[in-house]
Amino acid sequence: MTPPPDNPLLDLRDRFPCLDQTVHGKPLTYLDTAATALKPTCVIESLAHHYRLVSANIHRGVHTLSERATADFERARTTVQTHLNAAHSHEIIFTSGTTDSINLVAQSYGQLAIGAGDEILITEMEHHSNIVPWQLLRERSGAVLRVAPMLDNGDLDRDAFRAALNARTRLVAVTAVSNALGTVNPVAELTREAHAAGAVVLVDAAQALPLQAMDVQALDCDFLAFSGHKVFGPTGIGVLYGKNDLLKAMPPVKGGGDMILSVTFDQTTYNELPHIFEAGTAHIAGAIGLGRALEFVNAVGYPAIEAHESALLDHALTALQAIDGVRLVGTPAQRKGIVSFLVDAIHPHDLGTILDGEGVAIRAGHHCAQPVMAHYGVAATARASFSIYNTRDDVDRLVAAIRAAQEIFA
Amino acid sequence: MNLSDDLYQEIILDHSRHPRRYGCPLDHTHCAEGKNPLCGDEYQVYLTLDDEGVVRDASFEGSGCAISKASTSLMLEQLIGKHHEEVRALFVTFHDMVTNPEADHDATALGKLAAFSGIWKFPSRVKCAILCWHAVRNALDGHTTASTE
Ligand SMILES: Cc1ncc(COP(=O)(O)O)c(C=O)c1O
Repeated sequence: MTPPPDNPLLDLRDRFPCLDQTVHGKPLTYLDTAATALKPTCVIESLAHHYRLVSANIHRGVHTLSERATADFERARTTVQTHLNAAHSHEIIFTSGTTDSINLVAQSYGQLAIGAGDEILITEMEHHSNIVPWQLLRERSGAVLRVAPMLDNGDLDRDAFRAALNARTRLVAVTAVSNALGTVNPVAELTREAHAAGAVVLVDAAQALPLQAMDVQALDCDFLAFSGHKVFGPTGIGVLYGKNDLLKAMPPVKGGGDMILSVTFDQTTYNELPHIFEAGTAHIAGAIGLGRALEFVNAVGYPAIEAHESALLDHALTALQAIDGVRLVGTPAQRKGIVSFLVDAIHPHDLGTILDGEGVAIRAGHHCAQPVMAHYGVAATARASFSIYNTRDDVDRLVAAIRAAQEIFA
Repeated sequence: MNLSDDLYQEIILDHSRHPRRYGCPLDHTHCAEGKNPLCGDEYQVYLTLDDEGVVRDASFEGSGCAISKASTSLMLEQLIGKHHEEVRALFVTFHDMVTNPEADHDATALGKLAAFSGIWKFPSRVKCAILCWHAVRNALDGHTTASTE
């Protein structure tokens, strides 16, 4: 009998053709999924299938290929709806990614409901894409941007969060999982508290959705944003989920084709949800590929994904802490698949270059979360992130490469 | 041989561990900041030119990766005694070397800076190696406050 593979999802590695290569003569060890996930063959093929056999534009042709493209595109929307357990498919708006989704809310909901003196609450651990759109809104509207701080271990300071909520808080925007530290935020509870204060809640699920189920009705969040490319789908496509009642009241922020029913120079009638927020030709193949990616995630199953990721994370945390001179940045109580660390006397960029020479791909930098770096008084960290295609061997290769770097710098 | 051995040669490691010409001088005639917000690298370079335009003193302080630190250290060592026109010419030669593998660079002019000749293989690190060269050029162009304390 062959021993059980160290990765219960091992045969899944074959589904990711990108893994089948060497980098600088070493087998690729891809530990940068938090930046973007590798793509399974089924997703790559769904893109190729669309371009090879369908290609047509959507919602604007009576010919067969256009109808086929429309059906595929709208089926992808239903797949996203089911995946998030949204009540209606028109609550799913295709965007170009998390950043685009958050900007849509900041512009449209901001215009509708946020004025001078109103407050927006975010957290210290947000990605820049969940900071800057609110700063722009602050400039436009005179609203106040408040920031709930982190504790030193990288957890959200819950007391400070509660204390920051008040009668003027209109919107709370919070990440479900920190891309810099891996911190898991209790989004359902935060939503309850925000609702009690009368605020709506936007959840940044960019890092969460690849690793855990996000049920928008169970969470009761008002908006949820994610990117296709982090959940094994294509780049350039993402989703904004919004509650029907809110979306219905929100003004369009981009004008163009597809978002209108009729146009004259005097009067334009807007299309219905979700099309009113999808001006111009969408990333049709991307949406279809994203649908395929979510089907893939469901086929693997979140229970298997979570079990695999948490075993790998435990192994990585133990192995990294066993190396002299390695310091973890952030030790959140609840963590998902992401570890930031520093190696004594080695700048993260030098570490990243040396690891790359060993075939090990990590991220070195500020991870688009400079306030998190500032909290820890560093300019950058090294970050390893784990996915379903990673194995214990990958972690061991990371450790060996760190030791090699330490020897170079010894 | 490992790819990164090409980059992290002994001379570069040595200058990153023990940067030469490190510190803030009492006087200087030119100074500029070398800053890469993406990496968080941040340096100040200080030059003292005499009336003929010859570099009489040069030093730096700040923090960043091994490549940027070693490059700055090695660069400043070479600038002493050079006329500012020679400094500019050396920047062009260095820039050519780190960006263009085909470049037929003047090894004698570059001296120890030739340690960076393999860096074009690491496109994301080229900017580390030339960060403070830009600072020096900016300082010479007077793009930041020239101060004489
Ligand atoms: C938590 C988080 N939010 C937002 C983003 C932005 O995603 P995108 O660049 O795909 O719009 C990222 C990706 O880096 C992220 O990790």
